[in-house]
Amino acid sequence: MTSDITTGMAILAPEITLAVYAMAALIFAVYSGKDRLTPMLTWLTAGVLAGLALWIGMRAPAAREAFNGAFIDDGFSRFARITILLAAASVLLIGQDYLARCRMMRFEYPILMALSVVGMMMMVSAGDLIALYMGLELQSLALYVLAAMNRDSVKSNEAGLKYFVLGALSSGLLLYGASLAYGFAGSTRFDVLIATVEDGHVPLGLLFGLVFILTGLAFKISAVPFHMWTPDVYEGAPTPVTAFFASAPKMAAMGLIARVLFDAFGNAVGDWSQILALLAVLSMLLGAIAAIAQKNIKRLMAYSSIAHMGFALMGLAAGGAEGVQAMLIYMVIYVTMNIGTFAFILSMKRDGRPVTEIAALNQYSRHAPLKALAVLILMFSLAGVPPMLGFFGKFYVLKAAVDAGLVWVAVIGVIASVIGAFYYLRIVYYMYFGEDAEALDTSMPFVQWLFLMAAAAAMLFGVVNLFGIEGLAQAAAAALVR
Amino acid sequence: MIGLEHYLSLAAGLFVIGIFGIFLNRKNVIIILMSIELMLLAVNINLVAFSYFLGDLVGQIFTLFVLTVAAAEASIGLAILVVFYRNRGSIEVEDVNVMKG
Repeated sequence: MTSDITTGMAILAPEITLAVYAMAALIFAVYSGKDRLTPMLTWLTAGVLAGLALWIGMRAPAAREAFNGAFIDDGFSRFARITILLAAASVLLIGQDYLARCRMMRFEYPILMALSVVGMMMMVSAGDLIALYMGLELQSLALYVLAAMNRDSVKSNEAGLKYFVLGALSSGLLLYGASLAYGFAGSTRFDVLIATVEDGHVPLGLLFGLVFILTGLAFKISAVPFHMWTPDVYEGAPTPVTAFFASAPKMAAMGLIARVLFDAFGNAVGDWSQILALLAVLSMLLGAIAAIAQKNIKRLMAYSSIAHMGFALMGLAAGGAEGVQAMLIYMVIYVTMNIGTFAFILSMKRDGRPVTEIAALNQYSRHAPLKALAVLILMFSLAGVPPMLGFFGKFYVLKAAVDAGLVWVAVIGVIASVIGAFYYLRIVYYMYFGEDAEALDTSMPFVQWLFLMAAAAAMLFGVVNLFGIEGLAQAAAAALVR
Repeated sequence: MIGLEHYLSLAAGLFVIGIFGIFLNRKNVIIILMSIELMLLAVNINLVAFSYFLGDLVGQIFTLFVLTVAAAEASIGLAILVVFYRNRGSIEVEDVNVMKG
């Protein structure tokens, strides 16, 4: 028994390190410099996150289970965790200048971020309904607070409140589904759940459980029809927090969906594949159409993320290793594009005050040609224009969907992507051909500049070999789909 | 004799009341918090009933986890609500409308 716990602790060492680090940093900051320590804590947390990503990446490739299968450390979980850790570290770094300008340098910010990352790491590695729920709640509770972080802004408070109410509702739905699944399978472990389904025949109670769990998770990735909170929360939350919402938690929730569907319900592909296909179609269409009318770039990014989640879900709906691989590639590309785009949005300001109107970008290219070019590349990539990496992400999911016989989903995906191109290209149009207007400040801190340029360069040069992501995603998908 | 189905019906009823409490309530955010609590407690009834009838302890352990998380969730919800009230001067659901959507 003791050796069981010891090996378990060894497997969970990165998570435990991060949790202990977060708590130690909290106590340290409370008893010493408080908000004066924020810059140091931000860099330190980003360093710890990146270090953990390296650590997880260097571990032996064999799949291991800890604590009686409650925690699974396999190729899939490693891939997802490394993406999450790197995304969170990047967001911490690009948001620093914005927070300092808006006097929001609170020491809780990096600590809450670290705690929510612990939750996300648990989510993608869960092998048991209890572990799944605890990871999800740890992530969500930290995110509710982050959304309401700007205590003096009604908008930020309202974003926090809306996110909290709908997030709690979705957790409740998920939990109800988990209780049904437990009752009808007799265990909370995924390997028992999967054995309950034989020859594609799912007991009715378990099917209800599956639907409730999927509903709860669809809220977390903001898939239509459970997307209502997204635009408001994206608009109201402080921009660095919005950047975070659009990157790491999306990857975590996608990873969790894949984990639950393949590990716990992998014998009932026919049942959930239709649900996912419907969610994907609705998300892609609504994300593409509703974004057209937006004037605020943060709201626009919210609808954009809804549409992108639709594409990622299309990969999962294909229901095989190829689909999971497509989803993982898509998510990595999506996260990279979003970090680059948000590095730019965070730098949008006039006289030092943040600006979020799209119209403020008029003639931006004349004042800052290089940055405008980088944004142009990112926008083309978000829209899925061929030479950029974003196109290959879409290509992979479309191919997976067509190979799985979901041709109608793929066709609607292509149509939605054409509609969606309109609003991405409108941003480019404003920057290059817009009317003369009061110019934005062109200064940009080096860190943001670096991430913007790196993301744009990745979109351009990634086409050579996708930086080897393809093979890694394939190995990760093979670890999940057996 | 009270069987599993009675417990499940009770839990389903409470759960639905909780969901309706969130959507139909037009007055007060506190009522939403209470509805959320009701949903989680309905799930707990489900879990304990399953645990008893399956003769398996895991469900009751799950319940303890859910109770703990529910407490943390309520405290965070109230904290956000307090900040909201300080800035807006109201906790009516209709006043949570600075952003449309």
